Amino acid sequence: MIPFAYQRARTPAEAAAAVARNPNARFIAGGTNLLDLMKLQIETPTQLVDVNGLALDRIEATSEGGLRIGALVRNTDLAADERVRRDYGVLSRALLAGASGQLRNRATTAGNLLQRTRCPYFYDTRQPCNKRQPGTGCGALGGFSRQNAVIGGSQACIATHPSDMAVAMRALDATVETVQPSGQMRRIPIADFHKLPGNTPQVETTLNHGELITSVLLPPPVGGVQLYQKVRDRASYAFALVSVAAIVQKDGSGRVALGGVAHKPWRDEAAEAQLPRGARAVAAQLLQAAQPTPENAFKVQLAERTLQSVLHQARG
Amino acid sequence: MSRRDLLAAGAASATAVAVPATAHAQAASPATPATANGAGAIPRATVSLVVNGTRHRLELDTRTTLLDTLREHLHLTGTKKGCDHGQCGACTVILEGRRINSCLTLAVMHEGASVTTIEGLGTPQRLHPMQAAFVKHDGYQCGYCTPGQICSAVAVLGEIQAGIPSHVSADLNARPLLSVEELRERMSGNICRCGAYSNIVEAITEVAQGSRT
Repeated sequence: MIPFAYQRARTPAEAAAAVARNPNARFIAGGTNLLDLMKLQIETPTQLVDVNGLALDRIEATSEGGLRIGALVRNTDLAADERVRRDYGVLSRALLAGASGQLRNRATTAGNLLQRTRCPYFYDTRQPCNKRQPGTGCGALGGFSRQNAVIGGSQACIATHPSDMAVAMRALDATVETVQPSGQMRRIPIADFHKLPGNTPQVETTLNHGELITSVLLPPPVGGVQLYQKVRDRASYAFALVSVAAIVQKDGSGRVALGGVAHKPWRDEAAEAQLPRGARAVAAQLLQAAQPTPENAFKVQLAERTLQSVLHQARG
Repeated sequence: MSRRDLLAAGAASATAVAVPATAHAQAASPATPATANGAGAIPRATVSLVVNGTRHRLELDTRTTLLDTLREHLHLTGTKKGCDHGQCGACTVILEGRRINSCLTLAVMHEGASVTTIEGLGTPQRLHPMQAAFVKHDGYQCGYCTPGQICSAVAVLGEIQAGIPSHVSADLNARPLLSVEELRERMSGNICRCGAYSNIVEAITEVAQGSRT
C-alpha cells in the first residue's frame, strides 16, 4: 500500500465533499475489496474517507411497500433480514452464494455493487489491462479468458462484474440512491448503474467522483418463486462462471438475470417474454449477441443449462 | 546479515519509495487530517482497541491492518497471516462479536472496538471447548490455520444460533440445521492445506451438540 491520509466522515454530504476535493481519494466502508487492491497497488488512493460512522446501516420499510437498504448494511445482515428472506428470497440466496462468512460480515451493500472485476489481467500489475491502466491493451482477449465476459464486451475489455448480489438486485429492479458532493440526491435505476466497458473500461458505473451511495431501494415484493443458482469451480467460496437470478410466477412469466457473463448483471426484459417457451428460447434471445472467446464459449451453453435447471426447480 | 535484518532493510526501502506519493497526496488534498505529522511524512493516526478485554491505545501508520496491529504491535501472534488477501481465513478474529478477516480491515477503522483473538478464547490451562474439541478430534496437522479455524468455528455456532441462513439451507425461513453440510459451507472461508476438514467438522459438531439445550 502507498501511504494515505485517513479521516472519518460525520455526514454523507461531508464524505462526498471530502472525496470530491481529491481525485485520488476513495470512500472506505467494508474495505474487503479496496484493501485487497491497495495491497497490490491496483488501487492507489492517497486519502481514505471512512464512511462507517454514517448512520446508513438500517433496513427500513418504504411508504410504497418496499425496502430501503442502507448503504452500510452488511451482506450477512441483509441476507438474514426476515423481510428479505420472506419477500426477496433471490436477494438472500445471491448474497449467501457469495464470498465467505467472514467477508459477508464486513462487506456492505454499496461496496458489493462497486466491486472491481476479478479478471486475472486486472489483478496482475505486470500484464496489460485497459481497466487498470487505460491504453495498455487487454490481456484477456486472446489470453486466459475462461472466466471472462461472453457478451457486452469490447475490444478494450472483456472483464465481468463479480457480484452475486447485484444480479439479484437487477432482477428485483432495485434503485440506487446517492448523494452528490453538492449535497443533492440522485436516484439511479440498477439497470443504468453499471456500464458496459466500451472504450473506457475504467469507468464502471454512472457515479461521479465523490458521489456516495446512501441506500438501495427495493420495490414492493413481486412474489413468485425466487431462486439464485451459481455455477462455479468449487462448491463454495468462488466466483461464478455463470449464475442465474430468477423470479418465476405461477403462470410461467417471470424475470431472469445472469451473472458471470458480462461487465454488468445481464438482463433483457424482451427475452423474459420467452419464459413460457422454456430455457432454450430465453437463452437464445438473452445471449443472441454473445461473442465468446474460444476459452469461454462453454459459458453460453452453461447459461442455458443453468437457466433450464432453475426453471425446472421453479416449477417444483 | 540475518534474515530479520534483510526483511527490515526491505521494509525500509519500500517505505522510501512510497514517500514521494505522500508528498503528492498532501499537495493535492486539503483534507489531510491533523494526525499526519508534516509534509512528506507517512500519515499516522491513533486508535483505541479492546483486545481480549484489555484496552490498548496505539499510534499507527494508517496502512496498518488489524492483523498486523495484533501481531506486530500487540505481539499477539496466535492470529496468523496466511494469504493477507482474505482468501485463506488464517487471520480470522472476532470483532464486536462477528468473525472477520483481520487482514482486510485497517486498525484505525475500529476506534473503541472489541476484538477477540485465539489468545482471548482460552489458555493452555483453560481451553475453550472448541480448542479442546480440536485437540481431541485432531482437527489440525501443521496448526497454522487452526487459530483462524477455531475463531471461525466459535462464531459459526453463534450464527447458526442466531438463525442466519447459509447457501445450503434448504429453507431460508426455517431454523438452520447443525448438519455436516451446513458446517462445511459455513467454514468454507477457512482453508486447511493439510486437509483436516473432516476432523474439524467432527470437533465443531461435538461442541455444537454439547452446547445445545
